[in-house]
Amino acid sequence: MPMLNHMLRWQTACVLAAAACAGCAPALLDPAGPVAAGEKTLLINSVAVMLGIVVPVILATVAFAWWFRVSNARAKHLPEWSYSGKLELLVWSVPLLVIIFLGGMGWIASHDLDPPRAIASKQRPLTVQVIALDWKWLFIYPEQGVASVNRLVIPAGTPVNFRITSATVMNSFFVPRLGSQIYAMAGMEAKLNLMADRPGRFRGLSAHYSGEGFSDMAFIVDAVPPRQFARWVATTRGQGAALTPQSYLALARHKSAERPFTYGSVPAGFFQAAVKQAGAPVHETDEGGRES
Amino acid sequence: MFGKLTLHSIPWDQPIPLIAAAIVGGALFATLVWTWRAGHIPYLWNEWITSVDHKRIGVMYCLFALVMLVRGFVDAAMMRSQQAIAEGNGGYLPPEHYDQIFSAHGTIMIFFVAMPFMIGIMNFVVPLQLGVRDVAFPTLNNVSFWLTASGALLINVSLVVGEFAKTGWLAYPPLSELRFSPGVGVDYYLWALQISGVGTLLSGVNLVTTILKMRAPGMGYTRMPMFCWTSLASNLLIVAAFPILTATLAMLLLDRYLGFHFFTNDLGGNQMMFVNLIWAWGHPEVYILILPAFGIFSEVVSTFSSKPLFGYRSMIVATMVICILSFMVWLHHFFTMGAGADVNGFFGVTTMIIAVPTGVKVFNWLFTMYGGRIRFHVPMMWAVAFMITFVIGGMTGVLLAVPPADFVLHNSLFLVAHFHNVIIGGVLFGAFAGYNYWFPKAFGFRLDEFWGKTAFWLWVVGFYVAFMPLYVLGLMGMTRRMQHYDVPEWQPWLILAAFGALMIAGGIASQVMQLYVSIKRRKDLADLSGDPWDGRSLEWITTSPPPPFNFAVLPNVKGEEAYWGIKSQARENRELSETPKYEAFSIPRNSPTGFVTAFFTTALGFAAVWHIWWLVILGFLGAWATFVVFAWRDENETEVTAEEARQLDDKRRAAKARMLDIPAEATA
Amino acid sequence: MSADAIAAEQRAQGGDPHKLGRGDTPPSERGPAPKRIVVSYGFWIFLLTDFVMFAGFFAAYAVLAKATAGGPAARDIVELPLVGAETALLLASSFACGMAGIATAAKNRKWFQIAMAATAILGAGFLALEAHEFLTLIAEGHGPQRSAFLSAFFALVGCHGVHVTLGLLWLTTMMAQVQAKGFPDEIVRRIACFSLFWHALDIIWVALFTTVYLLGVAG
Repeated sequence: MPMLNHMLRWQTACVLAAAACAGCAPALLDPAGPVAAGEKTLLINSVAVMLGIVVPVILATVAFAWWFRVSNARAKHLPEWSYSGKLELLVWSVPLLVIIFLGGMGWIASHDLDPPRAIASKQRPLTVQVIALDWKWLFIYPEQGVASVNRLVIPAGTPVNFRITSATVMNSFFVPRLGSQIYAMAGMEAKLNLMADRPGRFRGLSAHYSGEGFSDMAFIVDAVPPRQFARWVATTRGQGAALTPQSYLALARHKSAERPFTYGSVPAGFFQAAVKQAGAPVHETDEGGRES
Repeated sequence: MFGKLTLHSIPWDQPIPLIAAAIVGGALFATLVWTWRAGHIPYLWNEWITSVDHKRIGVMYCLFALVMLVRGFVDAAMMRSQQAIAEGNGGYLPPEHYDQIFSAHGTIMIFFVAMPFMIGIMNFVVPLQLGVRDVAFPTLNNVSFWLTASGALLINVSLVVGEFAKTGWLAYPPLSELRFSPGVGVDYYLWALQISGVGTLLSGVNLVTTILKMRAPGMGYTRMPMFCWTSLASNLLIVAAFPILTATLAMLLLDRYLGFHFFTNDLGGNQMMFVNLIWAWGHPEVYILILPAFGIFSEVVSTFSSKPLFGYRSMIVATMVICILSFMVWLHHFFTMGAGADVNGFFGVTTMIIAVPTGVKVFNWLFTMYGGRIRFHVPMMWAVAFMITFVIGGMTGVLLAVPPADFVLHNSLFLVAHFHNVIIGGVLFGAFAGYNYWFPKAFGFRLDEFWGKTAFWLWVVGFYVAFMPLYVLGLMGMTRRMQHYDVPEWQPWLILAAFGALMIAGGIASQVMQLYVSIKRRKDLADLSGDPWDGRSLEWITTSPPPPFNFAVLPNVKGEEAYWGIKSQARENRELSETPKYEAFSIPRNSPTGFVTAFFTTALGFAAVWHIWWLVILGFLGAWATFVVFAWRDENETEVTAEEARQLDDKRRAAKARMLDIPAEATA
Repeated sequence: MSADAIAAEQRAQGGDPHKLGRGDTPPSERGPAPKRIVVSYGFWIFLLTDFVMFAGFFAAYAVLAKATAGGPAARDIVELPLVGAETALLLASSFACGMAGIATAAKNRKWFQIAMAATAILGAGFLALEAHEFLTLIAEGHGPQRSAFLSAFFALVGCHGVHVTLGLLWLTTMMAQVQAKGFPDEIVRRIACFSLFWHALDIIWVALFTTVYLLGVAG
């Protein structure tokens, strides 16, 4: 089967190449911020605890299945053995203890890593307001008076307070290497605090399917040194288009993914007003009941 | 006159659904014509379509599920192949099509494969194991099946007339509201689920009543087989949870049809309420699916280890604890909706607690195997694969139950891998185990073991090759439902996953082959004794297949494992049990009510989708009229005479005597 | 042996002098229950599912009760005299339904039909008042499209009204059946189910007018 061999060889090459490339740890296991780091620790610890039960169970399953096969005359035969008080106690209590431990860990972690919880830092937090649109992301910097589409620039080492909403349908704001995601919902303002420890470029996405252009909702996150951030703000302010209700509506109506660009000015209270809006629909029905 | 329906409703511009519809439509038509020409229609009508026999209805459910499995798998294959190639390009499926495919895949697999498969097996097995003649409401049972089929028909029609929903299988608003989904797709989804949901609900009422009110004399609750206990728990969940689905989908229908504001973005609608309501149904739903599978494995592990089930009472407690707890965990499906640490933490803890009784079950299966003499027929192989696979899936589930872990894994391919891990590894492996295990009882011959084992290996290895890469991809930050992507590192894993899907396709093909070969070789594979596996519960006391009335005389049950007790005594005493006294009894007549009602509900659903109001009214009136006509029936039952019963039972006893190698005339 | 046979045997042996049927066999081991019990039990389970469905609408109402979007709230649309009249009609129709049950036990066709007709008329009266309530609200611009609260109100109250309507359809069918066939076992079982349904609608109504109307006026 030369075709199959060829395919298998090529696949192996790809897999090895992927594994061999430097810095290729999966995003969730390569945190770039304290929230993601906490979540990675939690993932690893939880899996380790559970493997303590899962691995013996799997091994026992294989072992019992093989040893007690009918052709093995050496195996003990206990045709009536169907109850043991001691074993009952064990099988109820051991998992319960593990679960209590994990549950305690989960309870504490839920509070430590609660999305709106402030991140300890000497730096003053930056506020970024996020609006999910069909199918792009609008980032507003209310204190700086600028906005950006599909590219989020933040200062490294500074906590960022995200305020997240949607102009249309449910989305989920997610930067895997920085940590937690949270739903973006129209009429609601979700609060999420994240921080990038060091400068770097990260991938952001929507983690909740929102329609036709959903796959294009990736955005760039650039964590830059604070001075570079200040420079970016200064060059962006006053340049290019202004974010106004009209330009916002035009942005909302435009279906396809946007190359990143910026707005040089943002009116005060813009985000609050956007939270209240219901968003413009992007489909009309054609005559046959199918969407255009 | 035809509402929104026009010639433009057919997707002339999309070759794939058109070709698929042509092939399937052509095959169906050809099959129908061949069946008619061969003169099989009267047989099919009288013996199957109008049958109120739980065994026939169970078989129809299972056959229906297997056919829909192929349909849902085709969707999966398309998704896997699209994702394998769509790195930095659009692939071969545009978003409008791809988005319908993944929505249809989930909807079909949950509602029209997993549910009918489990309901079908429960239908077939439970009355036999309880030692009674049928379920509590046989005609209603027939109606339930045809309503389910009606829902599936609507979904399949949507492929070629109009479109299907592009919202995912749970149709969250605001996306599923009219404003953002103005097409007919979501309406097809809603009506198909409402119609089949009624069928499922009635099935739940039927089985709960049967298990609680109709058991053989002497069969107290703690003498029921484990499968009946898990069926009870599953059907109690159906009865308690499905009405929530009905209400929630009705609210969405009201929003879409009459401009209500339950879940809209404006005028006070609350999308979060939909998420809560739908998962208040959705979580119990997955336990509805897995509990019968647990029951199947209890039966299979016990039978093929030649040992009683270990810790029977503990298993009952574990089952009912799972049943109750399944209503207390629903929020773990949306930890990322922002409910806060206390709420998230609480539901995280309850979700983890539900892992405890599940673990107890796994241990009890292990100890059932311990000290046994295990025969590795195909059902037992599925059981061992299940125990390993489900435990892995359960582990990833408990991981996802830790809210901050979920914050980075929610909606990723890790999640997709988890739920396929537990649904395929649990529900589907259980269905296949049950299918192989009870097939001889239903048809009088076993399934071919070689093709069964081939299918097993292809499915199991294929599953791991298809889904383990998805765990990795989730950790790499890939989210679900992507039509294309721009991260080259993901592609090798997606190609590997596609290869796994190919292996699973081989597994399905092997199962088709298994059926074909088994039918051809049915004389060699015949089950002449009615008890091919040295079984322990009452279904094995009957012939294979059992007579329509199951038992000539309802057995008197004296302990757990009713049949094993009777068989052991016969073996010991070298003689069969006492010949019972035969009396005449009645069995229910067949009825076309279900089929005709389903015809009208399909018309009603289709008309509702396309806003053809006169047809909606006609459909409703037709369904009502069908019930009234049925209610007017004078002759409800046919009688089985004592003599008929005795003759059939004599043959059964003779077959058992031959199996036990004792003279047939030797009775007490 | 059937459950009845076991019980009969026990009585023949002198046990069970008060014919309680309990004897030594626990109820769970007496074999399949008689059809009358199985049918009623199954219908009860169905009614419970209906209650759960209503619970879904009650829950939605509770969540959306304050989502008035600048429109009227509960206290602005509730007319207690109207609700009082609706309640009186519905309770009276339940009473009439009870009478129909007695007529069934007495196998009296004439009184059955009269009682059922009374049930129907009173039930229809309830529906007429409710339709009036709805149409008035809609005419005032306070229809279900106005706000989420009104959507929840119309859906919850309307769901009950739809059940009453379907009940009336069932009622007329039962009247026709009894007229044509009298009181064979099967029809008696169905009448029992119908009565359960009709009384259950009363129970829902009590919960409904408390939550929506009384609490609406108070809150």
